[in-house]
Amino acid sequence: MEKLISKYFVPGKTFWMEECLQDGGYAAAKSVFEKLDAAGTIEEVKKSNLRGLGGAGFPTGMKWSFVPQNTGKPVYLVVNADEGEPGTFKDRYVIAHCPHLLLEGIIIAAYANNVHKAFIYIRGEYVEPYKILKKAMEEAYAKGFLGSKVFGRDFALELVLHRGAGAYICGEETGLLESLEGKKGFPRLKPPFPAVVGLFGCPTVINNVETLAYLPFIFQRGAEWFAKLGSEKNGGMRLFSVSGHVKKPGVYELPLGIPLREIIYTHAGGIRGDRKLKAVVPGGLSAAIFTADEIDVDMDFDQLRAKQTMAGSAGVMVFDETTDMVEALLVTMRFYAHESCGQCSPCREGTGWVDRILTRIGMGGGLERDVDNLLDICSFMGGTTICALADGAAMPLRSYLQKFRSEFEAYIRDKKRVGGEDLETHGGSAVKRGEGASATL
Amino acid sequence: MPTSSAATPSLDKVFTAEVRQHTDPIVARYETKRASILEVLRFLMEKHGYVTLAMEEATARYLEISPMDVREVVTFYTLFYTKPLAKTRFNVCRTLACSLLGAPKIIRYLEKKLNIKPGQMTPDGAFALNTVECLGACEMAPMMQVNDCEFAGHLTEEKIDALLAKVQKRS
Repeated sequence: MEKLISKYFVPGKTFWMEECLQDGGYAAAKSVFEKLDAAGTIEEVKKSNLRGLGGAGFPTGMKWSFVPQNTGKPVYLVVNADEGEPGTFKDRYVIAHCPHLLLEGIIIAAYANNVHKAFIYIRGEYVEPYKILKKAMEEAYAKGFLGSKVFGRDFALELVLHRGAGAYICGEETGLLESLEGKKGFPRLKPPFPAVVGLFGCPTVINNVETLAYLPFIFQRGAEWFAKLGSEKNGGMRLFSVSGHVKKPGVYELPLGIPLREIIYTHAGGIRGDRKLKAVVPGGLSAAIFTADEIDVDMDFDQLRAKQTMAGSAGVMVFDETTDMVEALLVTMRFYAHESCGQCSPCREGTGWVDRILTRIGMGGGLERDVDNLLDICSFMGGTTICALADGAAMPLRSYLQKFRSEFEAYIRDKKRVGGEDLETHGGSAVKRGEGASATL
Repeated sequence: MPTSSAATPSLDKVFTAEVRQHTDPIVARYETKRASILEVLRFLMEKHGYVTLAMEEATARYLEISPMDVREVVTFYTLFYTKPLAKTRFNVCRTLACSLLGAPKIIRYLEKKLNIKPGQMTPDGAFALNTVECLGACEMAPMMQVNDCEFAGHLTEEKIDALLAKVQKRS
């Protein structure tokens, strides 16, 4: 299988400007400026069937076409490098190994949307990647690929690198915009969508790192070629972050639509110790879980949605037979309780209740009505909030309770305790923000 | 607009000419002064180690926003510290992949070696232990971030012993 982006994932190495140019870097962007206009660029991206690879899977070309160009306001491009969905680490690889691929994609996206100022919002914890990206940007400015005359043409593009400060909710596009404007990352109600009212009230395109990094390939080899690499309506390849109980965790670049079984057993080497598979999270923590006999599924956005889960950020987490599903859900729901911004009652209260109930179950204090109560909480955590964090919390919760109900009932019936002394819990109270990195309070 | 009898002095004490050489260009990059706050606070954090109330007030004046606007940001984001930091800080990931691959055991081991619980600092200020949510490094689980900088992954008790020995040697 041909490697596109992952060709550059050489351990410990960054492809800096000189080597990148030798490899044909920035040629695709230059050809876009030479041969296409903005509208034509958008049409090519539509034809490529490129989908948003941050998690939502929205067709990229279609999203770009929603940007109104005649408002008299500037159009901004924001690169979402917040990479917070647990199980996902591929953007970190793109930034650390081939930052110029990202920068080239940014230039193409800016051209397509008449953008002259762009921001990269990178999560604050990605310290080494930040330094690499900063240096790559300096190299691009020095070459005239960024700045007042991109490629010597009458097209300006200013790029600002901006660090987040530790908040999962700032990976949500409107939470990110609020944070970029210097506020708490409280998501905004949509509509209006960022394409129309985004950063500083202006039309804004927001794209994930990986989505942008594939643009040079689309314009180098053709939109139809890219579309054909994937499955129907899901063009191209994507970077699967594989972790958990596999022999070879890592980033694997594979076509959209590849079978999940192949990811686990052919590419990631199968289960460690050759144990039996128990469950798989297919698309980042917020995706509903699969049992071991549900893995004959093709990994693209449409097919996974049809199976009541999601392709999401392609964060594939694999559990073997030693996994305690109650513990796994406890850890999962503790994450959402911690990261809920608190704006909406169903999310703030719901994630808190779920965290406390599961903690109580995990400490041997489970009650007969707990599982039904938890399922009931699911029902009001979906579709009732400003952003989708609550939906993202409800999806795994519902799937664990439905598919592994017997494990929860065993805990409740037998007053079983989670992992002996091993599982670090925090007494179930919603964790206070701000006083140092999370911690137990 | 915030007013106080000590208005300008507190601003100049934190935002000295030397500091402003760094922060003025940062502010200039954004469409509004307020938007630069995450980067300005980060600069102050990296210079002083943590953010005091006086720094928050000075930042409010510097960016022409209210002290509450600054307070909201300082308390919302986990990377802004309001107390002095330990010399060496271990932020151990506790989210799913790391938990599946032994994070609880690693946390217990560090608790034992340092004689503190997560959220605490050793009395001499040498070490702090925290548990954090996913750092985006699941392929090296179980892992932690040291001093909000390097990622240390595939952690084992032996690796932790070696890391602690290295830190002791440096001090």
